[in-house]
Amino acid sequence: MDVVIVDYGAGNLRSVARAVAHAGVEPRVTAIAAEVERARALIVPGVGAAEDTMANLRAAGLDGPIRDYIASGRPFLGVCMGMQALFDLSEEGGEHPCLGVLGGRIVRFPYGMTVPHMGWNTVTLRDEHPVFEGIPQGSYFYFVHSYHPRPSEDATVLGETEYEGVVFPSVVGRENVVATQFHPEKSGRWGLRLYENFLRLARERGSIAPAHTAAT
Amino acid sequence: MLTKRIIPCFDVDNGRVVKGISFVDLVDAGDPVELAAKYDLQGADELVFLDITASSDARTSVYEMIRSTADQVFIPLTVGGGVRSASDVRLMLESGADKVSMNTAAVQRPELIEEGAKGFGSQCIVVAVDVKRIAPGKWEVFTHGGRTPTGRDGLEWAREAVERGAGELLVTSMDTDGHQSGYDIPLLRAITDAVEVPVIASGGAGTPEHLYEAFTEGGAAAVLAASIFHFGKYDIPFLKQYLAERGVPMRPVEPAEQGDA
Repeated sequence: MDVVIVDYGAGNLRSVARAVAHAGVEPRVTAIAAEVERARALIVPGVGAAEDTMANLRAAGLDGPIRDYIASGRPFLGVCMGMQALFDLSEEGGEHPCLGVLGGRIVRFPYGMTVPHMGWNTVTLRDEHPVFEGIPQGSYFYFVHSYHPRPSEDATVLGETEYEGVVFPSVVGRENVVATQFHPEKSGRWGLRLYENFLRLARERGSIAPAHTAAT
Repeated sequence: MLTKRIIPCFDVDNGRVVKGISFVDLVDAGDPVELAAKYDLQGADELVFLDITASSDARTSVYEMIRSTADQVFIPLTVGGGVRSASDVRLMLESGADKVSMNTAAVQRPELIEEGAKGFGSQCIVVAVDVKRIAPGKWEVFTHGGRTPTGRDGLEWAREAVERGAGELLVTSMDTDGHQSGYDIPLLRAITDAVEVPVIASGGAGTPEHLYEAFTEGGAAAVLAASIFHFGKYDIPFLKQYLAERGVPMRPVEPAEQGDA
């Protein structure tokens, strides 16, 4: 129960959990704040709308524990909506305050473009990052989203993706936080590698015990 | 750059794949997990399972099938067939589907699209639009697998489905479906011009050139195909290479990891 996936009523938890298990550690999927507080590696996945996501996190009393967890320096991975929720504010369906872990807002792709941005696209990393170790620069990942981050601090942009002429941050983070706009659990081989890297990182930092069994 | 998608489609009856597959090199050709894994390795960008189970008693088999497939294959899965309510959508998503395709029930009760989109997000709601041409530039919507005319205009229905929250349209021409003589390109062009969401072209692929036309002239974001893979006529690596050489952006087929089957 070292690796915790936050369940706040969003879909696709099962996919994330199976991908983490495939990467070597059976995760704990929970909506209980105390388990988030005790986590040694925390993953917030998610699909759907920002307003519902934040409402569900608050209703479950998980927003504070997630912030505290991140502030403690333990490894954190956000995926899609779990990444967008880290910013100050989302413009999806009005203006909705989010967790405020990263500065900036979530904005829509310009009207006139085909949205959602759906399918496989490349990620260009600005610098090497341990979560991308062994993953070739320019590898393809699976995206499905209509909104994207606009960080206020350029240093939080770790990787970028181009779609119909718009370049947007597709990997963001700082220190112990890394978060992706794409879905690693749906991105085949390189997505699984990203989860493996995240677990390895958590292990190296002493957060979780060494893998006992390799996934089949 | 966003790549165009190639999506193999499987018909599923009672949790077993019954049509739309290449039976080459498989121990058990009807096993959805084995097929999904095989197509993943070949470079399929997504997979679509269409449940054609007739008996409502046997319908739970599809959830078990989604679970076992999604537990082992880490690319997007769309499941359609028999979706009647928001709770059907929820069950499919909780079982591991990434997207749910709805057709007849959405035409009969368009609010279903809104319920799905509000409850789970537009990104997972695919509306399947089945049409037949009734005049040049005019198509009529059909339901029940193409058996029932509705009197509805195809373009109007496509626009309405998107306004109600569909995140993607799966457009099938009943005229070209099964003939392997090419997609209905004017239909695709009309729909891709009319809506901002991605459009999956379906019905009629027989040659690599047909896929090329759907992407370039038709404006499709993805092509769905079954027959073209049947009998192993063209495999996905060949199709991807063919299309990439002609300037269609394609995700390259990744070499298998060591130890992979």
